[in-house]
Amino acid sequence: MLAKRIIPCLDVTHGRVVKGINFVELKDAGDPVEIARRYNEAGADELTFLDITASSDDRDLILHIIEDVAAEVFIPLTVGGGVREVGDVQRLLNAGADKVSINTSAVVNPQLVKDAADRYGSQCIVVAIDSKRVNDHWEVFTHGGRKATGLDAVEWAKKMASLGAGELLLTSMDRDGTKSGFDLELTRAISDAVDIPIIASGGVGNLQHLVDGVREGHADAVLAASIFHFGEYGIDEAKKYMKQHGIEVRL
Amino acid sequence: MSVDIAVIDYGMGNLRSVSKAIEHVAPAASVVVTSDPAVIAEAGRVVFPGQGAAPDCMREIDARGLRQVIIDAARSKPFLGICMGMQVLFEHSEEGDTACLGILPGTVQRFPHAAMVDAAGNKLKVPHMGWNNVHQAVPHPLWAGIEEGARFYFVHSYFVQPASPAVIAGFSHYPFPFTCAVASGNIFAVQFHPEKSQNDGLTLLGNFVTWNPGEIDSACDMSGAACA
Repeated sequence: MLAKRIIPCLDVTHGRVVKGINFVELKDAGDPVEIARRYNEAGADELTFLDITASSDDRDLILHIIEDVAAEVFIPLTVGGGVREVGDVQRLLNAGADKVSINTSAVVNPQLVKDAADRYGSQCIVVAIDSKRVNDHWEVFTHGGRKATGLDAVEWAKKMASLGAGELLLTSMDRDGTKSGFDLELTRAISDAVDIPIIASGGVGNLQHLVDGVREGHADAVLAASIFHFGEYGIDEAKKYMKQHGIEVRL
Repeated sequence: MSVDIAVIDYGMGNLRSVSKAIEHVAPAASVVVTSDPAVIAEAGRVVFPGQGAAPDCMREIDARGLRQVIIDAARSKPFLGICMGMQVLFEHSEEGDTACLGILPGTVQRFPHAAMVDAAGNKLKVPHMGWNNVHQAVPHPLWAGIEEGARFYFVHSYFVQPASPAVIAGFSHYPFPFTCAVASGNIFAVQFHPEKSQNDGLTLLGNFVTWNPGEIDSACDMSGAACA
């Protein structure tokens, strides 16, 4: 039976992982390759790297990181952040990324999603949707959640799926950083509206939130950062908890 | 000098993961990613990966003049098809109503929308994406060291339906059983991605780089039913 996936997310800037990473005896808490290796050993189903580098001068650093990680970690690697054109997708795939996540640029230029999916296949195109509740619906935001787009998140998700996205990474801006759990209503609304897999993100504070994301939110995968990075929970602890609650996982 | 392992590059998707994983399990081997028919023809072993859509794959194979060298390799040397590289070995794909290489009898079909519901009534997504159990239909040298039911990483919307059940080497469920590995002589082909399936995937690739189908054939001749 297909397993629900647990995906740790690493924020990378200037070639370093930021936010605390709290593995036991980790020599260098900011070394992306060592962190990736540890998550791989711990049973992560995939890894997502988010390049939060502000200046374009440092963009190539992520390529070296992906090259190094891909040479020794053999699970799917997704990279997002700053993807603006098909050439960016190509560079990341050539470096060893398996999937590329497109966020702001999908709103600015939806054709990018279609062009990239046509050229490299839907399986490697993830569209990241940052969404916030506005009145009676959810709206898409870009630029790290700072800029409203006027787009309805459910309709946007459908459009991205129809343009060739292979997967959606859905982040609730209302919940991100709150540790109060996923926005289950939002996650379910989008997961039920499209046929492609949904990764739920934003708000995980404990293991029950992961279970809720799958059972109540109908998510196909759950992404979390801080609960893993700070060592509050291990990946295999999370998987065992999900399994105890009747969710199929890879142990 | 001829190379040990040629990874066929026909412009469909990212082959870096495949070549990296093979280099990892065969550090002493020469591994090249190539679209040169001469290099493929000379290589000791061939890996035929691929992502994307079947019509594009077949068009790119022909645009690079690779059809015959792929067919020849599949008939003559250890040959590993991965994902789209498995699907186009068959005769026809429903994806874009595409005539494929026809090396193995059978067709390629999409997961039918009406069937995509699990036992609890939940909708199943297409593409089938993630880690699923692979059941070994037959013993095979490429399964050596891999537990029955081990999980491999999948991402696909179409699956093969071989005309002959005899070539089925492995199957998975989504939600119905579908063929995810085939074996025929020196061909082994998988729908999942061994290069992304962590330790079990590396084990399978390691088995491929040391596999000698000729030896297996003669062993089968000698031991009879044990290899059937």
